[in-house]
Amino acid sequence: MEKLINDFSFGLFFWQILIFVGLLLLLRKFAWKPILEAVSNREEGIKNALESAEEARKEMQNLQADNERILNEARAERDGMLKEARQLKENMIADAKSEAQAEADKIVAQAQATIASEKKAAIADLKNQVAGLSVEIAEKVVRKELSGKGKQLELVESMLEDVTLN
Amino acid sequence: MQKHTVVKILLIFSLVFTTGNLFAKESEKKEHEGEGGLKERIKEFIDHHLQDSYDFTLFSDEEANKHYGFPLPVILWDNGLKVFSSSKFHHGETVAEVDGNYYKLYHSKIYKTDASGTINYDEDHHATNAKPLDFSITKNVVSMLLISLLMFFMFRSLAKSYKKNNGIPTGVGRFLEPLVLFIRDDIAIPNIGEHKYKKYMSFLLTVFFFIWFLNLLGMTPLGVNVTGNIAVTFALALIVFLITNLTANKNYWGHIFWMPGVPTFMKVVLAPIELLGVFIKPFSLMIRLYANMTAGHVVLMSIIGMIFLFKNWIGGPLSFGLAFALSILELLVAALQAYIFTMLSALYFGMANEEAHH
Repeated sequence: MEKLINDFSFGLFFWQILIFVGLLLLLRKFAWKPILEAVSNREEGIKNALESAEEARKEMQNLQADNERILNEARAERDGMLKEARQLKENMIADAKSEAQAEADKIVAQAQATIASEKKAAIADLKNQVAGLSVEIAEKVVRKELSGKGKQLELVESMLEDVTLN
Repeated sequence: MQKHTVVKILLIFSLVFTTGNLFAKESEKKEHEGEGGLKERIKEFIDHHLQDSYDFTLFSDEEANKHYGFPLPVILWDNGLKVFSSSKFHHGETVAEVDGNYYKLYHSKIYKTDASGTINYDEDHHATNAKPLDFSITKNVVSMLLISLLMFFMFRSLAKSYKKNNGIPTGVGRFLEPLVLFIRDDIAIPNIGEHKYKKYMSFLLTVFFFIWFLNLLGMTPLGVNVTGNIAVTFALALIVFLITNLTANKNYWGHIFWMPGVPTFMKVVLAPIELLGVFIKPFSLMIRLYANMTAGHVVLMSIIGMIFLFKNWIGGPLSFGLAFALSILELLVAALQAYIFTMLSALYFGMANEEAHH
């Protein structure tokens, strides 16, 4: 200990404090501050870059997910539309079929009605004509039959006979 | 490229061997002095190395008693400022005369003497001459200034390279930046906390690189031992002490003087112990760094000294290998001690800023 105290040089101590504090202040101003600032700026930059990269990656993922979703939606929509169209087509066909059937039935019924009425009319007409003809024929036959007096008498007689019989 | 490396290695080997021979010859000449003399000289050399000196000696030729290096300015306050070159001392051999006052270097300290350089002693063989206030630019001060300049330019260039290169360091900054980040992420933030570490960063960074670079400079053959000097570690510890206590919050002082959650009697007992702890913490920082660096230098230099003591083909290389291994260990210790000092400083700052959570 005595040797230590004996070795202690106040001059060296003085210079050491002076040099060290001077060096500390100089370095703080000209070296440590700019160095630490530059390093922390750089670290900040790296951190930001990494963060933005991560963000971009997430955004990309979101976009991809969106795309997938939109695609799926579109696909579903297309399928729906196709289904609907098919349904519509089927409906239309069915509708058309039933309509056509109804129309056809109607036409057939009308035709049948017409045919029936025509038939009636034709039958009536035929009846009339047959009646006319029959009358004419009968007239002619009667005329021919009753062309002689004898015959007319004969007829009256037979008729009278009939009446009495009745 | 490879060929160059091989040539270099050969050159280094030849250099090592020739210098080894030189030393061997020198040792033979000294043979008559005996082992004791050489041991004494090695011990003296180590002692001398551990201390600060008034001139920057790169190497010495003891045969011719010549020192190669450069003198440094001596600044004394002795009824007025006295500035003169340390070459006037002639490495302690002559008395320096300045403005009618005489100074002599004795055991690496400057004493005021008379014209003939008489040193008076007390009964314990301590010099009793007056010691002027000494603000000399010593070898350690020069080393600190050099390291400070180096640090300033290195970190200034790192700071500039961010601006030039869009936030990416270039050159030496690529090596320094991970260390700066290490101190921030592994020392400051875990110990002080996310919110308060910023105001301590300048100190932690400066102290880490300052100690580390000075420790590394101590590993060079320049022979400086700054961080193994008690005045230097005391100054560093004092700064830690001041920062810790000046930035401490209420909770910290509460824990020292009136420990919450213990009986009143224990509070009274704990207060002086805690108060002592306030001083012991930086004191341990001071002693730890000083002792580790000094011990490292002593052991390493002793083992290098053993090479010259053994003077044979077994002991020499063995000592060399040991010194080599120890040098590598010391390189690790240089970084480790800087780390520990910074880490513990951060820990103390963290304690001073802890919020109550009971």
